[in-house]
Amino acid sequence: MISGELLSILQLTVVVALAATLAMLPPGVALALWLARSRSWLKAPVETLVTLPLVLPPVATGFLLLRLLGRRGWFGALLDRAGIDIIFTWKALVIAMVVMGLPLVVRSARAGFEQGTRRFEQMAETLGAGPLRVFLTISLPLARRSVLAGALLGFSRALGEFGASMVIAGSIPGETRTVALAMYGFLETGRDHDAATLAVASLVIAFVAVWISNRLVRERA
Amino acid sequence: MLDQPHVPLTVMAQLTQGSFALDVSWQGDCRLLGLFGPSGSGKTTLLEVIAGLRRPRHARIVVSDRVLVDTATGTHTHVRDRGIGYAPQDAALFPHLDVRGNITYGAGRGGSAPLDGLLRMLEIEPLIDRPIQGLSGGERQRVALARALASSPSLLLLDEPLSAVDVPLRRRILELLGSWIAEAGIPAIHVSHDEADLRVAADQIVVMSDGRLVGQA
Repeated sequence: MISGELLSILQLTVVVALAATLAMLPPGVALALWLARSRSWLKAPVETLVTLPLVLPPVATGFLLLRLLGRRGWFGALLDRAGIDIIFTWKALVIAMVVMGLPLVVRSARAGFEQGTRRFEQMAETLGAGPLRVFLTISLPLARRSVLAGALLGFSRALGEFGASMVIAGSIPGETRTVALAMYGFLETGRDHDAATLAVASLVIAFVAVWISNRLVRERA
Repeated sequence: MLDQPHVPLTVMAQLTQGSFALDVSWQGDCRLLGLFGPSGSGKTTLLEVIAGLRRPRHARIVVSDRVLVDTATGTHTHVRDRGIGYAPQDAALFPHLDVRGNITYGAGRGGSAPLDGLLRMLEIEPLIDRPIQGLSGGERQRVALARALASSPSLLLLDEPLSAVDVPLRRRILELLGSWIAEAGIPAIHVSHDEADLRVAADQIVVMSDGRLVGQA
């Protein structure tokens, strides 16, 4: 039986991960489409930058975000002047999840846009459709499985986010303490049973999400 | 066929792609121009250049008095603004839309041709609400042709539009199509490697070989 404390941790994690997934979709899809179509010299550097969170130590990504969004950071100082506090709030948690999950959304959606949608986009253009209509009625519907598969992978990644979240969001119960952060805390304080319960719960959620994602990719192929 | 005025057409295009070189220059009055030649002679490439799907090195393409491309002056009309009705050989129907969705996709472009007449002419009335996945190759081509005609184009580009349709039906549709095109006053270029098909409706036929126009048939 899962205790109320563990349930609320699970609930917070799923809600924040869902918010992060919704937030990573628009930039992820836009970047994927641009990378699939562009011939600009900027393509290689942007592609590399987007992929970096996959290979950097998550703590390093968190540190970079801290330098960017902290009160004395480049962007954080501006936000601070506007009275917006990011670090050690749920917003920081969402940002960490978005940054870590974005590469997965971009990679999957890009594969969808590269798999034969161009021909149909061209046909739509010959019929007078503008860029927005082509995107909404042709590109996105045809790449929907890849976009959804990427969103599920991004969601799974967000669920398990630890390193970057720990640095910029901390582990504040009820606000930023997600499953991964709580498990670490439980193991440190000898609450192995609670850590195991959360591990099993996250395993089940992640298994279902990745299973559906793989199925979508197979059907696309 | 109705005696509609011919439309002045200028097509000059040079494009190199790997070992293939397209070098075409044609100017004349056109109603339904037949373009005949063997596979690989560059017919499809030429249509794609006119449609704006390929960017030529040098080109001047003028339909009626409208300049679509003139590399000398830097004019390059975007694909969506060319007013082209393109029926490619592979049909390229939108796989996620049904037959009606495909045919009406371009119908918003400045008035549209009456749908019922088109469906009757192409003998696809019973298919209108079907998904495209179940259609045969010939049915797909006829839907693609309807999509091109329904978009009220100012130039029709027909690339082997009925090659997968059986001969009697093909000839019947080509005759009706010739009349439809003449009545609508829309110039058309019809590509085929079957000269007999072109003779059904084309008012002149030019022959293409190795990327060049080599004469009239």
